[in-house]
Amino acid sequence: MAPAIQAENLVKTFGDVRALDGVSLDVPEGTVLGLLGPNGAGKTTTVRVLTTLLRPDSGHAVVAGVDVLKHPNKVRSLIGLSGQYAAVDEYLTGRENLQMVGELYQMSVRDAKARARELLEWFNLDEAADRTAKTYSGGMRRRLDLAAALVVRPPVMFLDEPTTGLDPRNRLALWEVIETLVEQGTTLLLTTQYLEEADRLAHDIAVVDHGKVIARGTADELKAQIGGERVEVVVHERDDVTEALAALAPYAKGDPTLEKNTRRITIPVSGGAKVLADVIRELDSRSIVIDDIGLRRPTLDDVFLSLTGHATAAEVEEEDESQPAKGRKGHGKDA
Amino acid sequence: MTTATEHAIGGAVPQQRHGIPAMLHDSWVIAKRNLRRMTRIPEIVVFGLMQPVMFVLLFSYVMGGAIQIPGTSASASTYTQFLMAGIFAQTVTFAVAGASAGIAEDMTKGLVDRFRSLPMTRSAVLVGRTLADLVQTAFTLVVLMIVAVLVGWRIHEGFLKALAAFGLLLLLGYAFSWIGALIGLSVRSPEAATSAGLIWLFPLTFISNAFVPVSSMPGWLQPIAYWNPFSATVQACRDLFGNQVGPVTGGWPMENAILLSVIWSVVITAGFSWLSVRKYRSAVG
Repeated sequence: MAPAIQAENLVKTFGDVRALDGVSLDVPEGTVLGLLGPNGAGKTTTVRVLTTLLRPDSGHAVVAGVDVLKHPNKVRSLIGLSGQYAAVDEYLTGRENLQMVGELYQMSVRDAKARARELLEWFNLDEAADRTAKTYSGGMRRRLDLAAALVVRPPVMFLDEPTTGLDPRNRLALWEVIETLVEQGTTLLLTTQYLEEADRLAHDIAVVDHGKVIARGTADELKAQIGGERVEVVVHERDDVTEALAALAPYAKGDPTLEKNTRRITIPVSGGAKVLADVIRELDSRSIVIDDIGLRRPTLDDVFLSLTGHATAAEVEEEDESQPAKGRKGHGKDA
Repeated sequence: MTTATEHAIGGAVPQQRHGIPAMLHDSWVIAKRNLRRMTRIPEIVVFGLMQPVMFVLLFSYVMGGAIQIPGTSASASTYTQFLMAGIFAQTVTFAVAGASAGIAEDMTKGLVDRFRSLPMTRSAVLVGRTLADLVQTAFTLVVLMIVAVLVGWRIHEGFLKALAAFGLLLLLGYAFSWIGALIGLSVRSPEAATSAGLIWLFPLTFISNAFVPVSSMPGWLQPIAYWNPFSATVQACRDLFGNQVGPVTGGWPMENAILLSVIWSVVITAGFSWLSVRKYRSAVG
């Protein structure tokens, strides 16, 4: 199937800053690509280029079969964009906002009105429909903004950090809406700093850093890339840590890591639950008391950290410094 | 959130307009938006009114008795006849501040990204803004004329000519709101846009025939005042309202003020709308 979104070698510089340093990506029709990266990685710039808001210095992009640089206005009638900050007019009511957007998509006043009513209902904004958006909560504004992006039922949607700054309840509600859209066949490019969000919503993930796509794959593929399972043990007594490290060494398939403050030891393993049982027996036989133990699969957090050498904006809480930073491919200008 | 199966994807964009009809349609949608905003923030309209009303009262009651129009005897009521065209014209030029602040504000908000991601005419954001400002200017002008009548201002050339003068004032206001648009696009901060929009209006409106007779100014300043686009509209209004007191001085520009007023407004509108739309396009990529 032809990709609904295709970008080739996009480059954009702002002064000395190379915001996009050759971004290439493609999103097959009906799928979700999660663009994952820290602040300033180039996620938003990529979205702005693909939604015709910004002209790249070089490169090529096609959205819904239309060349973004040659026919921007054609592209605009086929896409919906919802940004990081709710792009609604706060002095207009929710209904007026949606109706205005409908009319600017060249709908008739009647159709724009009908569509606004439909969307307000769908997004549970019908009670607040005739209040100015100024009075809306953050979550309501974000919903209104997403509704505005859906006015013409665009086949391709761009969501730029749609849930940044939302509380968990609103985030979950928005995720459900996004899932519904995808079920209906919308192709979606989603940027996020939240790994959990990418894990849940995206079929494919592209990790972006310093204006480049540095890794690409499904969440599972990316996780597999940095290795398998680990056993994590939290030792009760600080004095037991050294002995515990020695006890675990035979089971480790790599270097163990230690977080001194939390007395947490992590060892890469293979063999799953059996290893976990063996480790428990071993520690027990040495009378080492443990607070917690578990078998962990890598998270996207780990993937991110190992790919970029730094955590996401959410900053993984004080990680041990011995955390290996391997596999920094495509990371030319970094040290 | 309720189930959404009935909101299935599909259905393309309903109508496609092109060229001028598209521009007019989109501008009208944006103008509606700006007019709605004005009703939601009535302070803007109210304060926009207070300043010129205050000028009318201060100039006619405080300074009126002291300023003598050549060829007449100094009197507050003579000065009121002379003054009003000047106040009206100054008021419409203050539309600059509204347009510049409004557009600067729009540019700083995410909303402009929404507009730019829609299949709409680029210039509509600016045209819609200036059209809404025109409506506000017309409203302000009507209220101001009522106040003027209350302090003794009268028209002497009939209703139609007065209406023509009203039209010239709106044309000037429209031209100046495009200057405001360019300022708003250049400054990009609503606060700076307000002062940048206003500051140059004082020399422009005072080095003119609006408040005092030009013949009382130093010789080197007089040609500037006579050729000032603003003076043309003031003189044209005095002619059409029948408010000319004393002889017309200043030669060709003042003797052909109506024609010159139209020319100036059209030239300013054309020039500044072209610059603004170009600036908007380049600012937004």
